[in-house]
Amino acid sequence: MAGLELLSDQGYRVDGRRAGELRKIQARMGVFAQADGSAYIEQGNTKALAVVYGPHEIRGSRSRALPDRALVNCQYSSATFSTGERKRRPHGDRKSCEMGLQLRQTFEAAILTQLHPRSQIDIYVQPLRGVVSLQVLQADGGTYAACVNAATLAVLDAGIPMRDFVCACSAGFVDGTALADLSHVEEAAGGPQLALALLPASGQIALLEMDARLHEDHLEWVLEAAAQAARDVHTLLDRVVRQHVHEASILLGD
Amino acid sequence: MKETPLSNCERRFLLRAIEEKKRLDGRQTYDYRNIKISFGTDYGCCIVELGKTRVLGQVSCELVAPKLNRATEGILFFNLELSQMAAPSFEPGRQSDLLVKLNRLLERCLRNSKCIDTESLCVVAGEKSRGLNSDPCAYQVWQIRVDLHLLNHDGNIIDAASIAAIVALCHFRRPDVSVQGEEVTLYTPEERDPVALSIHHMPICVSFAFFQQGTYLLVDPNEREERVMDGLLVIAMNKHREICTIQSSGGIMLLKDQVLRCSKIAGVKVAEITELIQKALENDQKVRKEGGKFGFAESIANQRITTFKMEKAPIDTSDVEEKAEEIIAEAEPPSEVVSKPVLWTSGTAQIGEGVENSWGDLEDSEKDEDEGGSDEAVILDKMKMDTGVEVSDIGSQDAPIVLSDSEEEEMIILEPDKNPKKISTQTSAKQEKAPIKKPVKRRKKKRTAN
Repeated sequence: MAGLELLSDQGYRVDGRRAGELRKIQARMGVFAQADGSAYIEQGNTKALAVVYGPHEIRGSRSRALPDRALVNCQYSSATFSTGERKRRPHGDRKSCEMGLQLRQTFEAAILTQLHPRSQIDIYVQPLRGVVSLQVLQADGGTYAACVNAATLAVLDAGIPMRDFVCACSAGFVDGTALADLSHVEEAAGGPQLALALLPASGQIALLEMDARLHEDHLEWVLEAAAQAARDVHTLLDRVVRQHVHEASILLGD
Repeated sequence: MKETPLSNCERRFLLRAIEEKKRLDGRQTYDYRNIKISFGTDYGCCIVELGKTRVLGQVSCELVAPKLNRATEGILFFNLELSQMAAPSFEPGRQSDLLVKLNRLLERCLRNSKCIDTESLCVVAGEKSRGLNSDPCAYQVWQIRVDLHLLNHDGNIIDAASIAAIVALCHFRRPDVSVQGEEVTLYTPEERDPVALSIHHMPICVSFAFFQQGTYLLVDPNEREERVMDGLLVIAMNKHREICTIQSSGGIMLLKDQVLRCSKIAGVKVAEITELIQKALENDQKVRKEGGKFGFAESIANQRITTFKMEKAPIDTSDVEEKAEEIIAEAEPPSEVVSKPVLWTSGTAQIGEGVENSWGDLEDSEKDEDEGGSDEAVILDKMKMDTGVEVSDIGSQDAPIVLSDSEEEEMIILEPDKNPKKISTQTSAKQEKAPIKKPVKRRKKKRTAN
């Protein structure tokens, strides 16, 4: 992919977006009846499902119960068809584990766990990639962002109180310009990628992850681009939630 | 075994000290601990000590078939193991979270940053037969395997591990190989000198620990500081000030300018550490060339690998005298202190070295019975016990003092081989006056009843 121009002279990216534009986001809440909360999100071609159970009693050993807070348990399972090649048991088991840990720490900070002591909240996230490509996907920026956004919506659907939305977005750096919301092609090109999870109201960064070489001077621009993109995502998610509540209240006849 | 929980008072102490910008080992906020790098006899083996945290790194290589979709690139494999000798809480089943986190961070830092030129590891490229591993013609690329073992855990494993990995990779020499058409000839080290790997840059991780919801920041936390921290931010940079990896963990909320400030600090630290690594590599190279002795055994002789060494913490003693004088001047004068705090209850006396002999007064003091006077705890000279003198501790004037060898009578027999409870209470009475006032008194009363 050496010849592919990620940013043209006029400032257009491969899929026709400008540097700071997001891909189209479509989301639905309450997709599963069985779960306490569930959500589905599509960011461009990256799709993710999230399901939340809880707060409920601690499963397994009682000794893990925290006397003053709820335990947040996150599982990330990458479906076997979600990467370019079909892997029966993805070697990225470590990767799934790491993703689960990162999601957990993000949401532990955002959910008001003090309100549910000695209980457990389970968040299950499953990404689905629609694009079948010949390359092995090593980059997870877009996937992580979609998973966090889906999980936020699912937690809100379950009615678990949170400090704020947790909005995530990826960002990259090409030709001196920071790009927001990398698509799969841009990720695979191997440039620096940053995944950022943000609480929009306070601007606090819940999780920051970056790969590949980026000069220190450019860090600020990339961070700013990612933060702005996350705030845009927040606007969209906010709209989705309000829409969902509006529909639900109509059905209840309020 | 399960990790011993940190006591609340220790936690509070550490946090208070950090609020006052003090660290327990005397470092400044942005200081690293001492880093020592030593090499083994084989190429690619090194031990890195960051303070007391010790990591062993070993690099090995093997000719294998390449991955299906990366046919022209070699394979890099990283593995960090938390050995059970590192900390009592590391057990085979219990470490998974920490292990996964560290391994993934190390992988991302070293692999995704492309510090090693993987294309140079390719021996024979192309779509030749890749199926059977037993067929030697199928081996075409080098697989470089970096194994890291944590030997001692004193905090900040990731920094030590990243330094060990990059040092081991820089130190490693792979066998030379030549390709003639279809033939691949692997030379032994005797035939041709082994070749170094081609390393573009050296990414080094720098850890920042955050306390009190991000108000305070420390570089290179040790184990105690890690236990009380809120979260960790790891920035991997190389000396060209390129950021290779950033990872925040622990659920802390960061602000953008905090991250930018940390990256600047990291730049400075990485430059220092890279210099140290270069020097260490050069030294080792020189020693090997000159035919000197090298390896871990030599390092032990030079006291470089040992735990019995105490590092002298640099203390600023320039103004100690002034400070001491100030403190004395401002302090209150000490209260009246009796020079000889040894007091006797009625019925006891002392014979012993260095102490006034008051045995003769015994009969006189017996007569004046003063309950107020006997409020003081019983102080017995240890010498008396050794000589096996029997003394009865009678506080009342009713029972006469009878000294005899008999054990049936209610008295204290102070002999060195017998340790009735009373002796131990009374020797402790020597040290503490106040706390055991009451029990001693009670015993006296009991005997009075008898």
